[in-house]
Formats: sequence, C-alpha cells, structure tokens
Amino acid sequence: MRELITLHVNGERHELAVLPHHTLLEVLREDLGLTGTKHGCELGECGACTVLIDGLPILSCLTLPIEVQKCEITTIEGLEQQGKLHPLQETFAELGAAQCGYCTPGILLSGAALLREHPQPTREQMKEALAGNLCRCTGYTKIYEAIDAAAERLKTGGGAS
Amino acid sequence: MKTRQTARNEQGHAYTYIGNPLPKVDAYAKVTGRALYADDIMLPRMLYGRLLRSPHPHARILSIDIRQALELPGVLAVITGEDLPQKFGILPSSQDEYALAREKVRYVGDPVAAVAALDPDILDEAIRLIKVEYEVLPALMSIDEALAHPDIKINDEARIGNIHKAVSYEFGEVDAGFAQADYVREDWFYYEGNNHAPIEAHACVANWEPMPTDPVGGKLTLWSSTQTPHYVHREVSKVLGLPQSHVRVIAPHVGGGFGGKSDPFSHEICACELSRRTGRPVKITCTREEVFLLHRGRHPVKMWIKTGVKRDGTLTAMHFRSFLDGGAYGSYGIATTYYTGALQTVTYTLPCYKFEGMRLFTNKPPCGPKRGHGTTQPRYAVEVHLDKIAHDLGLDPVEFRRRNLIEPYTHTINGLRITTCALGPCLDQVVARSHWNEFHSAQAMTSLSSNGHVADTAISPPPSHSRGGGGVDEGRGPLRSPSAGLGLPEGNAASIKRGMGIAASSYICGAGKPIYWNDLPHSAVQIRLDRGGGVTVYCGATDIGQGSTSILAYIVAEELGVQPGHIHLETADTTLTPVDLGSYSSRVTFMAGNAAIAAALKLKGQLFEAVSAQLLVPEERLRAENGVIYDEDDPGTSLSFIQAVQLAEARYGALVASGSYAPPEGIHGDYKGAGVGPSPAYSYSACVAQVAVDVETGEVVVEKLWLAHDVGQSINPLLVAGQVEGGAYMGYGEAVMEQQIFRKGRHKIPSLLDYKLPTTLDTPEIETILVEIPDREGPFGGKEAGQGPLNPVIPAIANAVYDAVGVRIDETPITADKLRAEVTPARWAPRPQVMPSEAPSPWPTRLIKWQPEEKGVR
Repeated sequence: MRELITLHVNGERHELAVLPHHTLLEVLREDLGLTGTKHGCELGECGACTVLIDGLPILSCLTLPIEVQKCEITTIEGLEQQGKLHPLQETFAELGAAQCGYCTPGILLSGAALLREHPQPTREQMKEALAGNLCRCTGYTKIYEAIDAAAERLKTGGGAS
Repeated sequence: MKTRQTARNEQGHAYTYIGNPLPKVDAYAKVTGRALYADDIMLPRMLYGRLLRSPHPHARILSIDIRQALELPGVLAVITGEDLPQKFGILPSSQDEYALAREKVRYVGDPVAAVAALDPDILDEAIRLIKVEYEVLPALMSIDEALAHPDIKINDEARIGNIHKAVSYEFGEVDAGFAQADYVREDWFYYEGNNHAPIEAHACVANWEPMPTDPVGGKLTLWSSTQTPHYVHREVSKVLGLPQSHVRVIAPHVGGGFGGKSDPFSHEICACELSRRTGRPVKITCTREEVFLLHRGRHPVKMWIKTGVKRDGTLTAMHFRSFLDGGAYGSYGIATTYYTGALQTVTYTLPCYKFEGMRLFTNKPPCGPKRGHGTTQPRYAVEVHLDKIAHDLGLDPVEFRRRNLIEPYTHTINGLRITTCALGPCLDQVVARSHWNEFHSAQAMTSLSSNGHVADTAISPPPSHSRGGGGVDEGRGPLRSPSAGLGLPEGNAASIKRGMGIAASSYICGAGKPIYWNDLPHSAVQIRLDRGGGVTVYCGATDIGQGSTSILAYIVAEELGVQPGHIHLETADTTLTPVDLGSYSSRVTFMAGNAAIAAALKLKGQLFEAVSAQLLVPEERLRAENGVIYDEDDPGTSLSFIQAVQLAEARYGALVASGSYAPPEGIHGDYKGAGVGPSPAYSYSACVAQVAVDVETGEVVVEKLWLAHDVGQSINPLLVAGQVEGGAYMGYGEAVMEQQIFRKGRHKIPSLLDYKLPTTLDTPEIETILVEIPDREGPFGGKEAGQGPLNPVIPAIANAVYDAVGVRIDETPITADKLRAEVTPARWAPRPQVMPSEAPSPWPTRLIKWQPEEKGVR
C-alpha cells in the first residue's frame, strides 16, 4: 500500500505516494527524477548516495522517506544555486577531482558539510569527513586539492553558502 | 606534480592546449549531477529485469520450471538458456559462454534465467518462484585442485583436463644464458585475485523498436555501462541473430571500469532479448554482489622464476612460469595468459628468455582483464625476485636495475619493437625525491650492529632461500620523521620499523593487434565543420572516467585553433560514431588521438587552401590559433575561423573529414602468439614506497608513494596525474588489502563492506612525477598513463616491507596476519611458503623456439 508523504528537496515541496519500504534513494531517483544521487551498493557501504539532511551528510540508501518528512533534503542538484556553482563544484571540475564522476555527487555533499563545519579543514579533517565515500578513480589526491582550493575561494568570498 | 615547461612542437611553437591543465569537457556535467549513466536512463513504459543466478559452484541443471513466475501478475517475460542458444565470448578463440546457462552451471553466480517485470518488487517475487533442479557436481576452487583433478571437467574449452590454454616459448638460447651466469636464483610467488570494484555497478537499458516493414522486424538500441561498445555490439548481434546494422550500442557516462566492463555480459544480452520479447524498454542494473560474481577481475597467478646474473648484475637469462586461475569461463584469459609472459623483456634487457604459461578453469567467477592486464602479477614477482638477487649479491637495487634497462629504439629478444624509454629518468626522479640514498645511508648507520637480512656478497646461497633472514632487524629506528605522521600504527614506537622499496615497470600503449585480426583501422575519428563555426567530433572512443572524450577535444582544438569548449563531441555510439575498439589496453589516447590528428589535418588543409586563396598568403605561412587563421609573418593578415569555414564550404561543399589509425607493421616477431605484447610504444614507470611496519601486530602502513611515469608528452597533465594517482591507489589496495576469498564454493565477501578497498583513511600520500620525452609516433608525443603506473606499486611496497623488517611475504596481499606470523614465528606458526604447483611434465604444449634474425635491428 502506498502512503502519502511530503518531502522538502532542494527548496521544493513534493507530495508523493510512495511504498513505505522504498528508500529515500529510490524515491529521489525514481519518483522525483533526481538521478544525480547515485547508488553503488544500496547497503550503506560506498557513500555514492550521500545527500544532506538538514545540512548533515547521510546515506539515502539507508533512509526511509517517512523519517525525513520534516527535514530539508539537499541533493547534488540543489548544491548549485540558481545556476551558480558551489565553489567545490568549480574546483572539482577545474582540478580534475572528478574522473568517472560516479562518487562525485556524494563526495561533493560530504565536502560541503565539511566546509560548513570546518571552513579551513586540515587534511585529517578531510579524511575523516570523506571516510565513508569510496572513490575508485582518483586516489583521493585531487579531491583534497579541490577542497583546499574551494576553502580558499570561500574565505576570499568567492562562493555561495 | 613536477613543475612543467610549456610544451612545444618540433618547430618550437608553443602549444595552446596540449600540455595544459584544462578542465575535462564533461567535468561540469559530472559535478552538477547532470551526467547520465546507464542506470539513470528511464524510458516510457520501461520494464525492469533481473537474472536468477546459480547457488552452486558446479552443478548439472536437471530442470527449470518458470510457470509460476510467468503467472505472477506484473511479470511480462521469463527466459532461460533454451531461448538464447548461441554461444558468445569476447575472444574469437573462447566462445564458451551462454547468456543463460544450458545443461551446467560452473560458478556461484552463473546466470540461469532472466525475468522482465513492471517493477523491482515484482522481480524479487518472480525470481523466487523459478524452480531449478540441480545435480551438484564436485567443485574445483584453486589452481592446484584444477591440476589435480583432470577427470572433473569444468569447461569443454579445456584441451587437457582443466587446462584452458598452455603456451611455451624459448627466445634465444636459455641454457647457454644460464651457463654464463655467476649466480642463479629461483623463487615462487602467488598473486591473489581481486575485483575492479568500480563505484558504478554494471547497468544497461535495452530498447527494441519493432518495424513490421523491415524483414528483420525492428531495431535494437542498448545503452550500457561498457568500456567496449564495439564488441558488445558484435556479440549482442550474434546471440540475438540480428544483423549488426540493426543493433546500436551506446555507452553513456561510465562510472569507472578498470577492465571490469570490457566483456560482453549476460545481463546485456538478456535485457536485449527481454525487450525484443516484450516490445518495451528493459533495464537491468546489477547489485554490488552481482558485480563481484560477474567479476572478470585480476587472475590469481602462481609464478615460478629462475634468473641468471653475472657478478656485476647483468642479467643473462630468465625462465618464467605462470599458472593462472581463470575461473569458469574464457573471457580474455588466453590473452591474459600470454600477457603474464610477454612483457618481461620490455623493462630490462634479457639476452634470452623462456616462458611457459597455463590457464586453468576453476569453479569461480570468470577472471579477465584488470588494469595492468596479466602484467601486474609477473611485474610484482619479477621486481621482488630481482630485489632478492640484488640483496643476495650485495648490489644496490637501483644500480642493479639501471644496469639492465632496456635500450630505446631496439627490439627485444621476443621481437617487440621498443621506441622511447625514459625509465632511467623515472628511476632518477623517484630516488631523488624520496631521498632514497639518504634514507638507506641513515638506515645502514643505525643498523651496523645487526645486519640480519642483508646477505653478504656470497655468490651461491641456497636457491630455495626466498624469505630472507627471517629475523627482525633490531635497532632500525625511524630515520626520517614520518612525512605526514598520519595513520601510523599505534603502540610501542620501538615496535615500528620503517623501510623503503623500489620497483620499475613498463606497459603497452595499446594492443598492437585487434581482438579479431584484420586490416581495418583500430580507431577512427570523423570531424564535421558547419558554416556557423561549429565543430563536431565523432569517435567510438569510450570515456570511462579517464578523459578520452576530453583528449579528443584538446587535440582537435589544438589542430584547428579553436577552444576545446567550442567543440561538440559524439562518442561511443556504434551507429553515429566511427569505430574505436574500446577502452582497453591503454590504447585510446594513442590511437584515437592519432586518428583525430589525421582528421583535423585534412580539414585544416581545406581551410588553409581557402584562406590562402583569399588572403594570397602561401599555405605554409598560415597558422590556426584562438579562432583565427593568420599569416605567421604578418599576423594582422587574417580571417576568423568562421570566415575560413564558409570560404572552404563554398569551395568544397560540406566539410567532413575522417582520420584513422592502425599500429605500424614490423613491431613484433613472426611466431604464433606474437600478437600479444606488441604495441606502437611502451610507457615506463618507477615507484618508491615508504612503509612503517609494526612488528608486534604485523600492521603495514604505507606512508608515501613516489611514482614517476614516462608519459611521452602529457596531453593534459591534470588527467595524466589523475591516472597515475588512481593507479598508485589501486596498486596500494592490491598490495595490502584487496583479495577474493571463497568458502565452500561461494565468494565469501561480495560486498564493499567486507571486500576491503582503500578509503581516505588508508590511502597513502602519493607524489606524482611526470617525465616527458615525446614519442615520435604518439599524438603530440603522448604515451599511455591509464594502466602502467599501477604495476610498480605492488612490488615497491613488498620490497619496502622487506627493507623494514627483513622478511618476505611472497604473495599478495601483504596483510597483518601473514606478516605477524613471519616476524614473530615463536608465538605464531609461520605460514607455509608459496607451495610449488605440480605441472604436467613435459609442459603440455609444443615449445616454440624463436629468435630475432638480426638482434637489435631498428
């Protein structure tokens, strides 16, 4: 039996009839067409499905939509504000931090949450914040460099949020 | 990354785009979530499909009952092996797979039936309702079991027992080579199998569009996360019995491959057949567990090496044997078998070389190509083996390697043509940047009192001596404060021992022969210019994250003098784009790059002819740059790119040109099997690893990797460094943690939680050094970077562990339990050595003896 729920995603309100056992990941992708959120395992192991719930990174594959009806959900599509990219999006593109790009949305959201908490994160803080996001392409090197550059841009007032 | 100078062409002109760290053309699509991967494709009326897979490693199928599943509301089709009776496989010589098993299943995960239904929830139920009756057969789960039980035949492709393929070669006179040696050493090694684990699981969407007026009945489109749309096209057509003209395969954005998406797969063929039967689009997305089961990963390989050296370290002979655990099907395995032997001659000069290899079928997921395809395992073994020889003879391991480096512009003893080689500079770079000499002199100073594992310059230690002194070197304290101080094993600082190891390697820049031998181009590029100034590049090249689409853009931009962002790119579509064989064997930059240059030069010729006539400037004085074509001697005399296109279109009609590339002739020997190993060029890499080992716990922390790579010329240094870093990361994972484990015939850890791969907390700091000596035949001098840099990492780490604690673990991964058992044998029973495998004697195939007619011909 489907249940009627309300989700607040990227500043938009959606009323949906969903099967209660479907995960937030499935609902975002299948019902809302927000395919920027990726799935790599659906078991909470890889971090590709990371979204922000009230600003905190969580795994959408382990979250039921019913639990987060009162929360503000941010997906990769919401990181960009009216065509203006988040500094992390700019620096990930410029510095080669996205190779295949499949882990990228999740890493960008974990990174955005990190920068909100630690505007000038140390390498250790980056490693801790991204420990749940697997990347198989980059060796993480360029990801750290891109976060450093985004932090610098935010400090000098170059970015949003 | 090394500070770089502006790259220039042979005339001394600075390149505008080549050699510059530009963003990838698809970077913005990827960072905004706009990039569509196969699973993101949703079509109207789309159905979902799934495969039922075997729960047994080896069993006869007695019956399959699909009636209940078919009757379930919401199920639209169920198919079994009877519905797809055509065999397929990536290699023409290993056509041994059915899309759905017939008669027998050969590994846990072998597909048995496929279902299409309205939604995934119905699929779960339908899969449960399919009843399969099996007669369970004995399963063979290792190289040695497969050798010991020729009576239990897994796969009929095996010629003798379970031997899928055996090869035997002697190049030069090996007995004479060993006779010249002052010292001969033998070792056994084992390299564990592992999975590519791309973060995107395999997925596809098939769409059959009926067309009653066409005798074929319709056309099929397949979007799939594949590295090889060309070969998927070929095999889907074959199994479905459709002309290739009626099948279109498109690779959308691909979320990582590393070799794991290079085969045609059952789920792709089943999605196509289910779509044809239902007349609706069908999507199949594999679960993570299925990715581990369909596998095609690194072959587990057992290796034996015997090498002869002179007192001064000059190599005189090598005899190498490999035993590959192939899993249940052929995949690329015949090529892999050859690759375990073919490139030993490319890194160091071998005056004679004997290679015997065999691949065994086992009841495990099929192995195939993973980054470094078949060369990673022998590179590990050879580099550790040579390190042992250096220690045995008291030679400096760097000097020993330098003494034997292959010479540029020569042929190897097995007939491979070598062009540029910058391995010497690569070794210099990693030695200098890691402070290798300082590290080891300080180490020697602090360990004067105890010299347990560094052998004297004795010339004949027992050949079986392969684990070093076995003792822990006391007094080898920290020599340099750890570079980062991160992630060090906790506990007693005195129990931490540091070491540095080095290794070198080489890799092909594209397979010199296509999978199906023919005279056709390996890659082709078509470029269309339109009168509005638009430039559209069409190429079959498949971007799996390495940046091949961007490379096409930079190259065409450089030649035509327009910005890369200006260019539209259509890639990896077997209907729209001219062929490229696929993203395997590190071939795309070299081959598609050269094809792109050829196509662009044709159009540039037409533009220059038109501009020359208009401006009355000789063509040879014209240059195209920044959207302008101008007179080099008088830059004010110029036309815009758009004006030039319009003039040329008026003169010649529509402006379309194509270019193609095939590797040159004469780059290999003329013996059977000479097709694996040749390449238009080879890349070279050197790696130094610094490790800290806790002798109490056996824990290994890789503190830093220095990796120098001979890339010829970076087309984009950002992307090259990304490939080097990714390769270093993946090699690190294979060296210390990644492994397949099977229990009772089942993959024990088919998940990203249990299959350990490096996270941010594990991955060491990686310092990349790009060495750029342009190759004459590479596009703008470029060579590969996608696979080669992985290879030296594993042996460098293994050699560093020995340098730290004086024991050798002659198998991968080097885990804490193995090391602890070795370094503290009093408390822990030592693990057995890698036990020799009993091969049939004589080697079960005819020996091919060959030598170059004229050694060292150019």
